[in-house]
Amino acid sequence: MASPYQSGNAPMDSRHSSRLTLRQRFFLVEVLVALALTARHFIVNMGKHTLRALGVKSAHGAVTIQYPEERRPYSPRLRSLHRLVRREDGSPRCVACMMCETVCPAHCIYIVADEHPNPEIEKVPARFDIDLGKCVFCGYCVEACPEDAIRMDTGILEFSAYDRASMIYTKEILLALEPARADGAPSSPVPIPPHRVPS
Amino acid sequence: MSGRALDLLLQAMPVAFIMFVVLNFGGILTWVERKQSAIMQDRIGANRASIFGIRIFGLLHPLADAIKMLTKEDFMPARADRLLFKLAPFVSVFFALTAFASIPFGDTLRIAGREIQLQAVTLNVGILYVLAMLSMGVYGLMMAGWASANNFALLGGQRAAALMISAEVAIGASVMGVVMVYGSLNMQDIARAQGHPLLPQLFGNWIPAWGILTQPLAFVIFLTAGIAATKRIPFDMPEGESEIIGYFIEYSGMKFGMFAMADFLETVVIAGMTTALFLGGWQVPYLQASGFAFPWGAEVALPHLAVVGLQVGTFLVKVSAMIWFLMLIRWTLPRFRYDQAMRLGWLGLFPLSVLNIVLTGLVLLVLGKA
Repeated sequence: MASPYQSGNAPMDSRHSSRLTLRQRFFLVEVLVALALTARHFIVNMGKHTLRALGVKSAHGAVTIQYPEERRPYSPRLRSLHRLVRREDGSPRCVACMMCETVCPAHCIYIVADEHPNPEIEKVPARFDIDLGKCVFCGYCVEACPEDAIRMDTGILEFSAYDRASMIYTKEILLALEPARADGAPSSPVPIPPHRVPS
Repeated sequence: MSGRALDLLLQAMPVAFIMFVVLNFGGILTWVERKQSAIMQDRIGANRASIFGIRIFGLLHPLADAIKMLTKEDFMPARADRLLFKLAPFVSVFFALTAFASIPFGDTLRIAGREIQLQAVTLNVGILYVLAMLSMGVYGLMMAGWASANNFALLGGQRAAALMISAEVAIGASVMGVVMVYGSLNMQDIARAQGHPLLPQLFGNWIPAWGILTQPLAFVIFLTAGIAATKRIPFDMPEGESEIIGYFIEYSGMKFGMFAMADFLETVVIAGMTTALFLGGWQVPYLQASGFAFPWGAEVALPHLAVVGLQVGTFLVKVSAMIWFLMLIRWTLPRFRYDQAMRLGWLGLFPLSVLNIVLTGLVLLVLGKA
């Protein structure tokens, strides 16, 4: 019977009753209680702000993180911008098996396969494009990859662009990326697709 | 300089001071509102606007806002009444500004052998004047609602009118208690009378007879109705920016800014009026015209200018504190429903203020002052 949806007029919790007690209906006392609460927040925070302005760096009057300058550490499990893992010689570890392209629910990966010069390696991608405008960051491509050739651990989250074409990241861009640092901060700069580089 | 010109100049001084203070308070309140709400909510608040990297706690945001407002498209609906549509924001701001005129911000200033009342206009019916100007302000809103040729705006204007009427009755009736106690409609007289000791036969000279002590009930009623008169949360049903939208729905650019400005100016007026009527006006406890005279017998003589400066400063501090309190209320309470606000005005505040008048009359009779 404990439905979260209340029917009729019967309150589940007397504190949330629609019938107000006399004190509550009188408003004034309850208003003063509320004002005391907010005023306490104001005074405490103002005191901490003042202390901080006076040089006490441990005093924080606000929980705000000043975002572009200051970031909260990202979880290592965070799925951020993709990167292609490199071999020793710098060529992609990807063998163009099309697993990621097949599993991708957003159809945002486009691969063109090519012969690899080394006969022991089957194939190599001639093209490997990810359309980040379509990507839903589900991580299925990482799961599906048999070669551990694609990862989403760059820590890069800011790759907004002014047009859709700029959201398409090519093999060269994805190969150049490095994994994030231990605190989750990106260690490589936000990549800019070549046609978006200011001339 | 001839004596007449000097007279004029000295008379213009309080007016200029009032205009300067009220306009600047109104302008800076946009910043105060954002910052105070942020601090109350454990945030930092607006701090990004900068000139050459100088941010000064976000104080440049009002400036940026003004530039934004002035450069925005000034839109007018095709079927709007052109004259009334343009007039409405000016009416709103004008009456909010003029309302402050008869609120005294200091005692008499003696300079160059002349006496200047520190009050823009010395009126024997000062209280009625402020009330009248406050009520005239609603014409701006009704004009805006009517002239916009928009049903939502019209409804908003009507809500504003209804709210204003229900608030005004309570304001007027609660102020009557103060008028009865101090025996004057002149706000300067009321401010002066609040410097007298309260019940000297009981407390000696210890407690000044501030309105909040002689008229506590009237203070609560006046403050509640005063907040309603400023049309800000918890009584912002004329505006309801977030969803129901009100009389200024068709306004943009600086015209919209003027409506917002009028709200802030009215906040300053209500704070000033509360200070003048209930918080002792410009009175500093134990400060007489010649200096401090403490009830335990100590006396500190002060020159005339220092006394006046202290009084004006105290008035500004009291007004600022009052504004802080009004902002605190605005960022604490949720909005009343429309019918709740009406019920509060007509069935709560109005009967209570009439009761207050009766009680005040009885007490005055018992004390033998009637």
